[in-house]
Amino acid sequence: MKTAVLSGKGGTGKTLVSVNLAAASEEAVYIDCDVEEPNGYLFFKPEKVVAENVTVKIPLADEGLCDGCRKCTDFCKFNALAYINEKLLVFNEVCHSCGGCVLICPQKALTERDKTIGEIQKGVSEQVQVITGILNTGEASGIPIIKNLLQRIPSGHGDIFIDCPPGSACIVMESIKDADYCVLVAEPTLFGVHNLSLVHDLVKLFGKPHGVVLNKCLEGDNPSEKYCEENNIKILGKIPYDNELGTLNSNGLIAARESEKYRGIFAALLQVVTGEVRNATIIDS
Amino acid sequence: MQQLLILSGKGGTGKTTVASAFIKLLHARAYADCDVDAPNLHLVMSQHDEPKSTDYYGMPKAEIDLDLCIRCDLCRQNCRFDAINSGIGNIEYAVDFHACEGCGVCEVICPVEAIKLKPAIAGELMLYVGEAVFSTAQLKMGSGTSGMLVTEVKKQMTSVINDADIAIIDGSPGIGCPVIASLSGVDMVLIVTEPSVSGISDMERIIKTAQQFQTKIAVCINKYDTNLGNTRKIESFCQVMQLPLTGMIPYDPEAVKAVNNSQSIVDINCPSGQAVREVLRQTMQILLAPDDRKDGARWIK
Repeated sequence: MKTAVLSGKGGTGKTLVSVNLAAASEEAVYIDCDVEEPNGYLFFKPEKVVAENVTVKIPLADEGLCDGCRKCTDFCKFNALAYINEKLLVFNEVCHSCGGCVLICPQKALTERDKTIGEIQKGVSEQVQVITGILNTGEASGIPIIKNLLQRIPSGHGDIFIDCPPGSACIVMESIKDADYCVLVAEPTLFGVHNLSLVHDLVKLFGKPHGVVLNKCLEGDNPSEKYCEENNIKILGKIPYDNELGTLNSNGLIAARESEKYRGIFAALLQVVTGEVRNATIIDS
Repeated sequence: MQQLLILSGKGGTGKTTVASAFIKLLHARAYADCDVDAPNLHLVMSQHDEPKSTDYYGMPKAEIDLDLCIRCDLCRQNCRFDAINSGIGNIEYAVDFHACEGCGVCEVICPVEAIKLKPAIAGELMLYVGEAVFSTAQLKMGSGTSGMLVTEVKKQMTSVINDADIAIIDGSPGIGCPVIASLSGVDMVLIVTEPSVSGISDMERIIKTAQQFQTKIAVCINKYDTNLGNTRKIESFCQVMQLPLTGMIPYDPEAVKAVNNSQSIVDINCPSGQAVREVLRQTMQILLAPDDRKDGARWIK
């Protein structure tokens, strides 16, 4: 099963939930798709790490062949090309690697070269395979890294958990595309519920079966819980706000590995999620 | 008009909480929410009037005219974004609206001109004009081009007000295109971090990103008392990097209550509301200090 963990708002506990679910599982793959700010590896501290660059295609102009017709600069919708002082300039940062300029150049003056935008690291932490995507700072889009990450999910390695980036834009969409089930993590604030409603719309749009984990639960009203009840969303579990969990987490420790109590909490949550995924798959087929 | 941008790298560290407190304390006449993916500032900045709404058009999207299409498959073969659903079996050629980036390769490669790029709404811009100008937006579900929308949000704000002393801009998490778009042209960035290993790692990455822009950078620590060991690590990191630390805000359950009542932490009497005043004072000192950077150093403005 492939479970994506997402939240809309940042800092609600996506990484906490996905890391601990993977740690509570007998055999798991943890994939960190939050390539702008990957954090899962800080908890797993994987060993035997192998890194591999992720590249995109960037146009390269042959000055000898370019006759300055400007067909490519007119074509490029992203303004990644300019012809200035009888020279074709390529702005790598805004290039989307569509390949259009190479296709249309009448002089065949453009070719493509690889440009590294980040890397994928694979390692092992006890029974969990840890796969992390890391975008280089200054790069605009991590989507090629996410595509790459999801293409190489190993099969037959137990439960797969995808830790998604925050928000509900293209980058999140890419991360949940292949998921069988989506776990939405929400915190009990007005901000939390507003952003929960955004990702809820997103998973509905993609027809993904889903449920909510309520994190940082305090005494008193929980607007996110109310939202779930009003919208008939399954509540998979509640994680109370407590100092012990907060301290473990802020020190980069995996609660489910450090304490029996949290192992129990996340094992129970895993069981609920697994049951839901199974139901969803049965209904689906 | 001095522009102060609040960023964090990691989400949920308190960007909006700090931004809303600053806006209230300064009686800022101009402010914007650049977290177009998950905007929240409007939830704590109550507005009397309805905003002026404008559709935001992102990149155009391709459309295939099946009456003209000769099923040559060239569009599908040349699309780098896997946005053309193929004609295998009896599935007709169609463009995946979410995957299409509007590059125009399919349009130019189609031998029978069956494909056209059509404008597409990718979000909504909202502008509140009252005692203050508040510019915000909401990106449409699953859309790309959030960086372009961020630029529009800032443009929308400066188009109606330019004589305010200061503009407060609430940013988005991460280091990618919306963050880069929000950084362009601001005078100072305040990074709100938290004392967790994730918060520190993300802070280091956002600082690296921000340093590529010629802007002043300062750091403040939110929920500093939840992990004093890590707070000390952030302090010494800032010292080594020669980044000013403009203060520390304690973890405060009252802050959650304030937000849930659509209030800022300075609207009620609470420890975090007290602490944020000192953060603002120190931040303003840095923002208003004479700029010792060379002219022309600000390559993006």
